[in-house]
Amino acid sequence: MYDFTPMIDSITGYLNGVFTPFWAGLISMVMLGVVLLTVYAVLGLYLVFAERKICARMQNRLGPNRVGPFGLFQTIADLIKLLLKELIFIKNADNFLFNIAPFIVIIASIMAIGSIPFAKGLQAIDLNIGVLYILAISSMGVIGILIAGWASNSKYSVIGAMRSGAQVISYELSVGLALLCIIVYAGSMQFSEIIASQEDGWWIFKGHIPAFIAFVIYLIAGTAETNRGPFDLAEAESELTAGFHTEYSGIKFAFFFLAEYMNMFVIAAIATTLFLGGWLPFHLFQWAGFNHVMDYIPPVFWFFAKTAFVIYLMMWFKWTFPRLRIDQLLALEWKYLLPINLINLILISFLTLMQWHF
Amino acid sequence: MQTEQLTSLITALVPDQKPGISKQYPEFIIPADKVNSLARELKNNNETLMDYLFCLTAVDRKDGFHVVYHMTSSVFRHTLVLRVVLADKVNPSVPTVSDVWRAAEWYEREVFDLFGIRFENHPNLKRMFLDDDWVGYPLRKDYKDSFTLER
Amino acid sequence: MEETLMDIDLKDKEEYIVNMGPQHPSTHGVLRFETCLQGEKVKYIIPHCGYIHRGIEKMCEKLTYPQLLHLTDRMDYLSAHINNEAVSLCVENAMGIEVSDRVKYIRTIFAELTRIASHQLWWSAFGMDLGALTTFFYGLRDREKILDIFEETTGTRLIQSFITPGGLMADVHPNFQRRIKEFITYFRKKLPEYDQLLTGNIIFRERTKGIGVMSKELAIDYGVTGPSGRGSGFHCDIRKIAPYSAYPFVKFNEIIFPEGDTYARYLVRMKEMWESLNVLEQLVDNIPQGQIMLELKAIKAPKGEYYQRVETARGELGVYIVSDGGPSPARMKFRTPNFSNLFIINKIASGHKIADLVAISGSLDLVIPDIDR
Repeated sequence: MYDFTPMIDSITGYLNGVFTPFWAGLISMVMLGVVLLTVYAVLGLYLVFAERKICARMQNRLGPNRVGPFGLFQTIADLIKLLLKELIFIKNADNFLFNIAPFIVIIASIMAIGSIPFAKGLQAIDLNIGVLYILAISSMGVIGILIAGWASNSKYSVIGAMRSGAQVISYELSVGLALLCIIVYAGSMQFSEIIASQEDGWWIFKGHIPAFIAFVIYLIAGTAETNRGPFDLAEAESELTAGFHTEYSGIKFAFFFLAEYMNMFVIAAIATTLFLGGWLPFHLFQWAGFNHVMDYIPPVFWFFAKTAFVIYLMMWFKWTFPRLRIDQLLALEWKYLLPINLINLILISFLTLMQWHF
Repeated sequence: MQTEQLTSLITALVPDQKPGISKQYPEFIIPADKVNSLARELKNNNETLMDYLFCLTAVDRKDGFHVVYHMTSSVFRHTLVLRVVLADKVNPSVPTVSDVWRAAEWYEREVFDLFGIRFENHPNLKRMFLDDDWVGYPLRKDYKDSFTLER
Repeated sequence: MEETLMDIDLKDKEEYIVNMGPQHPSTHGVLRFETCLQGEKVKYIIPHCGYIHRGIEKMCEKLTYPQLLHLTDRMDYLSAHINNEAVSLCVENAMGIEVSDRVKYIRTIFAELTRIASHQLWWSAFGMDLGALTTFFYGLRDREKILDIFEETTGTRLIQSFITPGGLMADVHPNFQRRIKEFITYFRKKLPEYDQLLTGNIIFRERTKGIGVMSKELAIDYGVTGPSGRGSGFHCDIRKIAPYSAYPFVKFNEIIFPEGDTYARYLVRMKEMWESLNVLEQLVDNIPQGQIMLELKAIKAPKGEYYQRVETARGELGVYIVSDGGPSPARMKFRTPNFSNLFIINKIASGHKIADLVAISGSLDLVIPDIDR
């Protein structure tokens, strides 16, 4: 049920029948690009909207409620405003790097979204090293941030960028190790196989307590990697005004803004895929009737519901906690998360070796 | 410490003190060159312990600039006012007390900024509120400002 | 960290100087911190003020006492009421008149409401300084209640100019007592919420404990008063040392924390809100009847010099009037609390990180127009 593979196959088959293999490949790539970009834009805009609504709820406010029903078109109006705004030219900035930085950031997040499985068969590319690919790509964004900070020729920006660099390099370790726990359980780095291994239960449930610890660590480190929540030191508006994107305006600023939300989505999507069973429906052990009802809910819905839950958690952190200091941030990673993670990984390897997981 | 004891103490230290104007607090007018040593003694003397300088300001009077020091003791809670009269209105100058109370460093800078009274040996005597190239000292009574609305 | 400014060669080329301000979110106004950094570490800070210097002291020399009262609102706009009270008390002392008990009670009630409102705004902004954005809305939500009470009686919300030498501008609104009692019960329920949101938070404690330690000696030496001074164990509450208005009639505790760090300064203000509620509770039911405004022919301080100390939400406010007997003062000096509280920052924040500088300057609760006047 709800398998997208035949649909994708028929489209590819039709293209291959009509065009030569080169043109068929090109057209399918263009189609894929258009679809991904659309998904990207819509997701980005509505994540911003969701954030504004959620934080408004937490702060006794109403949030956007003027443009469209419930303010649904507010972010679209904001996007149009940002598109029309003047791009401020900075005299002493390194112009080439200054202009290229937002694109690096946004391209990294678009590329990451390409390998995320939204439903069975609904995945742009199912790499056999999917997890590794995502880790590699999502950490490319920090290069853009570093370039942005350096090229702006602003003191606040450089501090923000350096903080961001230190932060992402540190937390990359924890993200990687937390994901490695699940890779050890699942025995594969391919997203489709990791999801297939959760047919009989999500890893967060059947992986015992170590999997849960890995999930929590992943959430913390993932939030840190997106420069969000209590870890938004790279922006830190009370210290560095806006950190690395102080000097950006108009749509270039919007790129950074959008990329931040999309990175959050990517982090949440990976958490969903690896820990919460991806697009698989929620099943309880022996309740066939219940499980059957759950099966009727489309997998895309399951995927987005789980992702939304993780995103909600991340927003909850952000609007509750004060910001950490840079040394506390690094101490948290190197003194606490990393050792816990390593021990956790050994435990999980042992559990897998003994076949003690469910 | 009572007013009489303070009077005798200050008379012992500065023989040429004069009683001041204020009726609210015990007040003494002392010569400018004694102010630093007297302040140090008042702060360190175990009977006075005037460790808290809560106000330092200047007043432009007919007989010259008055520099007024309001001090109190955080232990004994007695308050004392010292006053220095600087008859020289063109180039007024008084020793600093910023080495006795750190708070005085900025009070003195403010007084220098607005009255033009120089504090000798002050570590960082610069304009505080006004621009460095501002001409004149606004709180002096003879200050003329080109764009004052008052004619 | 005894030596800071003196032993650093200012011409060192490796210095990374960042100007925080005059427009910067964490300076809460037009203040500039010339901050010298070494990586994330702050080597020294030179505060520059004067961006909002309006020459209030000079203006006062040209205005009559009731007129200059309105200028004092504009110094520490969050303690506007207490500033008015300070000038009024000083002029009243000079003239040798005493206002009725009713006026004293109402003045004190207003002063304590102002103190709570000021601390609420401080709490909100302090959370923002530390990156907890939600605090801002919680604090302002409750501050609205106080501003409503102000508005009902005085017609204005922020700068009231309600107290004049000789009494009050008008009598209080009939709803006044009821509104305050409602507020006391309301805010007693809401204050624990503040603690839940920020005080108990582990990140918040890590960020504030042991940061910016100011010893008692340092506080006295620099003249740091108010909650910032009391957070260092300095007994400097003028309400206790030299009680004025209705403070002799009420029982309350002076909140002292000896630690001297940012967390202690935070706790002092949180506890002061509880104490202010207690003071309000004692006063609100017992407002005696009496004359609201003394009938004075002319408000003129006789020749002489007068000094009045009051406790604003930020510390000791001194009003120094030199009078020649005319309708306006010959010299008016405001010893403002923020002026003295500001300059400690180089001492206690150098050696810490930039984020700590923001936390420390937040915990000193600076209101910039009060520094510059």
